[in-house]
Amino acid sequence: MSPVDAISGLLALIGAGFFLAGTLGLLRFRTTFLRIHAVTKADNLGLGFIALALALQAGSIWVAGKLLLIWLLALLAGANSGYLIGRRVLRHENKEDRG
Amino acid sequence: MNPGELLNVVFNGVLAGMILLTAGFLLTSRDFLQAAALFIAFGLLMALAWVRLAAPDIALAEAAIGTGITGVLLIDTVRHLRPTPLPPTEGPCRRRRWPVLALALPGLAAAALALGLLVAVFHLAPPDSTRAEEALAAMDYLAHPVTAVLLVFRGMDTLLELGVLVLALLGMLTVRGTRSLAAVGMVPPDDPVLQGVVRVLVPLAVLVAGYFLWLGTFSAGGAFQSGVILGAAGVLLWLSGHRGLDHANAWTWLSLVLAGFVVFLAVAAGTMVFSDWALEFPPSMRSALIQVMEVSAAVSIGATLTALFIGLHRRPEPSSRGTPS
Repeated sequence: MSPVDAISGLLALIGAGFFLAGTLGLLRFRTTFLRIHAVTKADNLGLGFIALALALQAGSIWVAGKLLLIWLLALLAGANSGYLIGRRVLRHENKEDRG
Repeated sequence: MNPGELLNVVFNGVLAGMILLTAGFLLTSRDFLQAAALFIAFGLLMALAWVRLAAPDIALAEAAIGTGITGVLLIDTVRHLRPTPLPPTEGPCRRRRWPVLALALPGLAAAALALGLLVAVFHLAPPDSTRAEEALAAMDYLAHPVTAVLLVFRGMDTLLELGVLVLALLGMLTVRGTRSLAAVGMVPPDDPVLQGVVRVLVPLAVLVAGYFLWLGTFSAGGAFQSGVILGAAGVLLWLSGHRGLDHANAWTWLSLVLAGFVVFLAVAAGTMVFSDWALEFPPSMRSALIQVMEVSAAVSIGATLTALFIGLHRRPEPSSRGTPS
């Protein structure tokens, strides 16, 4: 195993850890705000680490660039859907759902 | 078995198990919204399975059409249903004889079918690549066998698929009792974040749609995937109350929706003059014709999917216009 393989394996494991923690938070946290908090961390950091791990294996700068774009798009979508869900909770739902 | 193969088997097994598990939860769920969300998860897992089966074209179609647009339509339908939770079952149900039999027979038939399919899968002949190579050889422009087969050998299928989309829209308009395709305008919500993200995402979606069209000439992609992304951009524009859709009147919608089908029919009629069969392209015009057909098909698919979504909603009264929730 080359050093690059080892580094990308480590990064993928860190990313998987974030996803695991985020999913656990999504399932176990009590309020919607806490759940958004947990799951956006998983999307942003977990996907970031996994994209970085894959980019090291890509072998071409263009494929790595594509992975970076995918991550940026997921960041944009994740931040905004988190915001929209939060806005919906603030406006419509019961008080218990607020953090 | 080396570690790599073992990892493959484990991954495939986990994926197959998750597909079955999601399907089970989806079918037994009593909450429609939960079932719709599970359907989306099921579709994404199926797309992953298609990737594992080395069929990226089907994976893209499954993710975009089977999951994206269908999921949006399902969730929207659930939102408009009157919330009538199913009554909880009280105690053990008394079972009559014949319903058990009526349940058992289709169940047995389905099990037999699944078993037969499994046996058939294990006795599949090795994939015959001669047809794909034949298609490739027949093409001098398109390097991707799937697009080549879709347009050169199976042009009639693609034509009929575009026709089906138009029929679906006609059916929706008939049920809604309306003849107008003009978009139902929504008042833009007073939300700078939402407006900002739409301003970024919609041009990006148009760019990606064009990228998929271009990809379709040599790799996984093509008119359907591209059109679905355009449709998603349209739905996003409408949901965010963007004013852009208000400028499209009924005629604009009609021409956008019909463009793909009309161009396809015109090409089919034209090729009958120049060659023996409809949709048998003369080699000199092949790539140009296919490009025109792909672009118009993508635009029409996008417009039809957007219209299918928007058309489901009643035109709000001027007084009751509010922010979309």
